[in-house]
Amino acid sequence: LPAQPSALPGARTPEAPTPYELVTGYNNFYEFGTDKEDPARLAGRMKLRPWTVQIDGLVAKPLTLDWDDLRRLAPLEERIYRLRCVEGWSMVIPWVGYSLQHLIERAQPLGSARYVEFHSLADRDTMPGLRSSVLLWPYVEGLRMDEARHPLTLLALGLYGELLPPQNGAPLRVVVPWKYGFKSAKSIVRVRFVDKQPATAWNVAAPHEYGFYANVNPDVPHPRWSQATERRLGQGGLWAPRLKTQLFNGYAEQVGQLYAGMDLRRWY
Amino acid sequence: MNRVLRAAKPWVWLACALPGAWLWALALADRLGANPAEALIRGLGDWALRLLWLTLLVTPLRHWTGWHALAGWRRGLGLWSFAYATQHVLAYAWLDQAGDVSAVLADVGQRPFIAVGMVAWLLLVPLAATSWDGAVQRLGAGRWRALHRLVYAVALLVLLHFAWMRSGKRLWDDVWVYGAALALLLLWRLVHAFSRARARAPAATGRPPSRARG
Repeated sequence: LPAQPSALPGARTPEAPTPYELVTGYNNFYEFGTDKEDPARLAGRMKLRPWTVQIDGLVAKPLTLDWDDLRRLAPLEERIYRLRCVEGWSMVIPWVGYSLQHLIERAQPLGSARYVEFHSLADRDTMPGLRSSVLLWPYVEGLRMDEARHPLTLLALGLYGELLPPQNGAPLRVVVPWKYGFKSAKSIVRVRFVDKQPATAWNVAAPHEYGFYANVNPDVPHPRWSQATERRLGQGGLWAPRLKTQLFNGYAEQVGQLYAGMDLRRWY
Repeated sequence: MNRVLRAAKPWVWLACALPGAWLWALALADRLGANPAEALIRGLGDWALRLLWLTLLVTPLRHWTGWHALAGWRRGLGLWSFAYATQHVLAYAWLDQAGDVSAVLADVGQRPFIAVGMVAWLLLVPLAATSWDGAVQRLGAGRWRALHRLVYAVALLVLLHFAWMRSGKRLWDDVWVYGAALALLLLWRLVHAFSRARARAPAATGRPPSRARG
């Protein structure tokens, strides 16, 4: 998947990328099971072609894009982002894709659209995890429009220079590097523009533990563990020191103004 | 059967060491997956829980089967549960809190889930400390038995700690399994204590005493 290094400020961390085996072997993708190894084992069943994304809600004209449309929507860039999971571990991943704002421009949302929802595939035939009632299916995530339009918000089609492996959310997913990983919806089939804050999967499942915003924040602990530090996977095995977690996962300079004046403890 | 069980005792004791040895070997060889510290901490905790449940199974099993030599296994199983719980706490303190005692204390203070687990472990300490033969004589059998009833509180705290850990990701399957098993183990004790109390007070009920069963 040919791509140019991104020139966007903050889009290429100099930190060492996490080994490919870990990036593609340790995933939360509950549609395939709750163990981290389930997606790598089972996501290969997902039918990736043909793939279409339905764009609707508060838009001038609903439309459906197929894989080729999406692939050609904007020039592909390589971006190296930190990924911080709400569970307290992190990775560094070289993604391939383009800013989500290109898709939003194409969708032409109405002025009344204040949020955007992402719906992941929910296919009972290929996704054994859907039998479990851990979450409501399909998996829905969402962003405020200004968050979605931020140039760092990535629509990823690949990683490590190749097409996204199924377990990482093929064929396309969102990556919001300053938020906990669960905000970055995988295997998207529908993008819907709405005027009310979307009911998102984890927020509905456990509202006191997972907020709608879910910005990475070392000062706002999860009810059952601190978020002050994180374990960077693939570095030093058992004795790897924990790193200090940074506000907005280290992207405060780029995205801090989105939350100016907001009480981040209340809007966790 | 009782002879077989007595002969098997040292092997059972050794078998209890195996999961821990295996976990540590994998962890030190960096073969515990992408997040070895978490896998080790959780693995040790899982085995502490399982061995505690097995410890609580000894007495009911003994009564159901008449294999009274099982009683000789109980202390070893209990001590191994404590050994795993201790490693679980140490691994958490070391790998999650960088061995920083003040960080551990702060974590205990901030997070009820951690506090419940820590209290469960602390309550196990006096039980382990009084597990040698002489302790029963020193304390007196009645007081020793009263002290060791703490194990029921520990089991409930352990279940709560485990359920709390699972709650965020809403993975209830094994919480139900362990919870149902504990409910059965405790229910058996209630029924058993009740029938013994009735057997001991035949005059009150006017019935002939049934044969006391241990």
